Amino acid sequence: MVKSKNSTSQVIDQIGTQERVARLFSRSIKKESKVQALHLALSMIDLTTLEGKDSSGKVKQLCYKASHLHDSFSGLPNVAAICVYPTMVPVAKKALEGTGINVASVATAFPSGMADLQAKLDEVKSVVEDGADEVDMVISRGEFLRGEYEYVSDEIAQVKEACGNAHLKVILETGELVTLDNVRLASDLAMEAGADFIKTSTGKVSPAATPSVVLTMLEAIKDYQIKTGKKIGMKPAGGIGTAKQAVQYLVMIKETLGNDWLSPDLFRFGASSLANDVLMQIVKQSTGHYQSKDYFSID
Amino acid sequence: MSKTIKWEYSPAPEGTDRIQLKEQYDLFIGGKFVAPKSRQYFDTINPSNEKKIAQVADADQSDVNRAVASAKKAYNNVWSKMAPKERGKYIFRIARLLQERAREFSVIETLDGGKPIRESRDVDVPLSVAHFFYYAGWADKLEYAFPGRKAKPIGVAGQIIPWNFPLLMAAWKLAPALATGNTVVLKPAETTPLTAVKLAEIIQEADLPPGIVNIITGTEKTGQAIVNHADINKIAFTGSTEVGKYIMKAVAGSGKKYNLELGGKAANIIFEDAAIDQAVEGIINSIFFNQGHVCCAGSRLYVQEGIADEVISKLQKRMETLIVGDPLDKNTDIGAINSKMQLDKIKMYVNLGLDEGGSIYQSSCSLPKKGYWHAPTIFTDVSQSNRIVQEEIFGPVLAIQTFRTVDEVITKANNSPYGLSGGVWTDKGSKIFKVTKDIRAGVIWANTFNKFDPASPFGGYKESGIGSEGGIEGLSDYVNLV
Repeated sequence: MVKSKNSTSQVIDQIGTQERVARLFSRSIKKESKVQALHLALSMIDLTTLEGKDSSGKVKQLCYKASHLHDSFSGLPNVAAICVYPTMVPVAKKALEGTGINVASVATAFPSGMADLQAKLDEVKSVVEDGADEVDMVISRGEFLRGEYEYVSDEIAQVKEACGNAHLKVILETGELVTLDNVRLASDLAMEAGADFIKTSTGKVSPAATPSVVLTMLEAIKDYQIKTGKKIGMKPAGGIGTAKQAVQYLVMIKETLGNDWLSPDLFRFGASSLANDVLMQIVKQSTGHYQSKDYFSID
Repeated sequence: MSKTIKWEYSPAPEGTDRIQLKEQYDLFIGGKFVAPKSRQYFDTINPSNEKKIAQVADADQSDVNRAVASAKKAYNNVWSKMAPKERGKYIFRIARLLQERAREFSVIETLDGGKPIRESRDVDVPLSVAHFFYYAGWADKLEYAFPGRKAKPIGVAGQIIPWNFPLLMAAWKLAPALATGNTVVLKPAETTPLTAVKLAEIIQEADLPPGIVNIITGTEKTGQAIVNHADINKIAFTGSTEVGKYIMKAVAGSGKKYNLELGGKAANIIFEDAAIDQAVEGIINSIFFNQGHVCCAGSRLYVQEGIADEVISKLQKRMETLIVGDPLDKNTDIGAINSKMQLDKIKMYVNLGLDEGGSIYQSSCSLPKKGYWHAPTIFTDVSQSNRIVQEEIFGPVLAIQTFRTVDEVITKANNSPYGLSGGVWTDKGSKIFKVTKDIRAGVIWANTFNKFDPASPFGGYKESGIGSEGGIEGLSDYVNLV
């Protein structure tokens, strides 16, 4: 059980974490292993649009792109899911019918989480009724930083219950938690309260997913698996825009959690622009030449 | 939903096409490469595949005499008379030239010694460069290093280099000796002479006046000839404690100054309140860095009882992700053992550990057929009375014990004839101060390991040596203060 910062949660050394990241990121991924990684990264993307100005038209276009990433190049996978605001869930659900691609909805007063619990639970139930396969909730950072860990934990547990069969991703918003000790504690709390995935960020706060934060969360997942046998998923989100970053994160997963996590079932990238950079690299690996960005559709 | 894939890294070898190696290297004496009077050469091989890389001259007594005479002449006529800031310029030039050729030196270091390119590229070569830059800066500022005193050079320094960090140890020795106005006869180790002879090329290119640095390759008897030469004023040696003892006996009463950097059996201590994952990573780096061929390697691990199972199981898991293989591959973590002789020694100790009743765990990595290789190894169920806990193995072999109290672990850590380095892992600052104050070792790292900087002195207590290298302390071993 995670009760307080000092008693039971693992402390994290920031410098040591940064050094480990640097070492992992210096792996040289070439040739077949690069092509394989790029395909894998595509299949792990939660293609995301989370803007106040989102329209049904934009969401429909994004959904089409999700299963037609680059039709002039064969053998590409689909992305794992489309991630949208609650009002767009019905649109996305309809547009993705028959593709096998999931609909993920942010909920619980995303991105701030500043709403009362009942309102959050109602929102969660409503997006699940509308067909969301996955729910991305935010934790109450204010309560967490005040030391009200039980409140945070209870809230996650109730949201999990409200999710029914939908998968729950718990967003820690690590940019607001500041220290790696806090990131570790919040990860432990979320997993014990029933998270299926833990996720770094909303993308609305800077910094979003940093390598040290992601590694800290992966290590928490590893320890949780050692302790309980359960495999919890991980989703870094925000700030991952290049194929190189994506491949570096795959190295981090492989060497921290093992090959089991190299699957969209247990790892996702929350990203809006990553897919095109990965596609550009895949085409380059095949033809030997970079194409202009204009050859990759922006939806 | 979807199936897991098995993702393996493709080979990513560093290219060897840009390096230039001759088939044969002569002795670098008086600013020129000259054939050995001995007429003897010996092969230097790549320990990862046992293939011959080149042959180098085997200097005998007459060659040593020539080198020492050349160094003495350069000392008397040129170097000791040169304005200190001019000396500094030459050292800066050597640093820059080495930096420019960093890639080439990394590859050669890896070919000749077996260490992973990741280390020679990120550690050996940049640190060597940093040492030359650092001491170049001191050349004209010695009066600030020793306020109120005058620092006079000693004369001719005989420098004998080990095989574990061939270029770096040459830099550690050459840079302070030159900055203080000494001239040098340097002998690289028998199994790893190539970066030293390449460094001779750089010294030539830097236009250093002839004779200031002489680099002679050879074997044990070459080293003996240097140690016993009457015109050598100072011996600097890094290597085994056994040879260190021989040197002390040989120079006794001769008036020669000496500093010795010898073996170690460092205690690495991890407390229950440590950041476990970072500590595990630190332990891995402390013992498996450079295949454990490190005098300051953390070869004795003390884990506090409450976290012993967790730490050991995490160590084992981490060992499985270490990539052992082609040293030139950029993803290789553990390269080849430096020589057959060293591999035999490591195997002897592993067998001894088993005979003594230790429990062994080895990484399940597959080892290449050709060359000298040893899997990362840890022993548990051992005690202070086991020889594998007491003696320096100089390989990828870690001996693990548990402890309960701070006092107990300090006693055990100090219970060793060595005292070169140590490590402590805890989240609590007061514990760091307690342990670092009470353990008798030259350097103790807290929540990290194997951190080196030219400004930081390095040297040992007890059988780990005499004198320091690095920093101002490193200068003081090359001067007479008047």
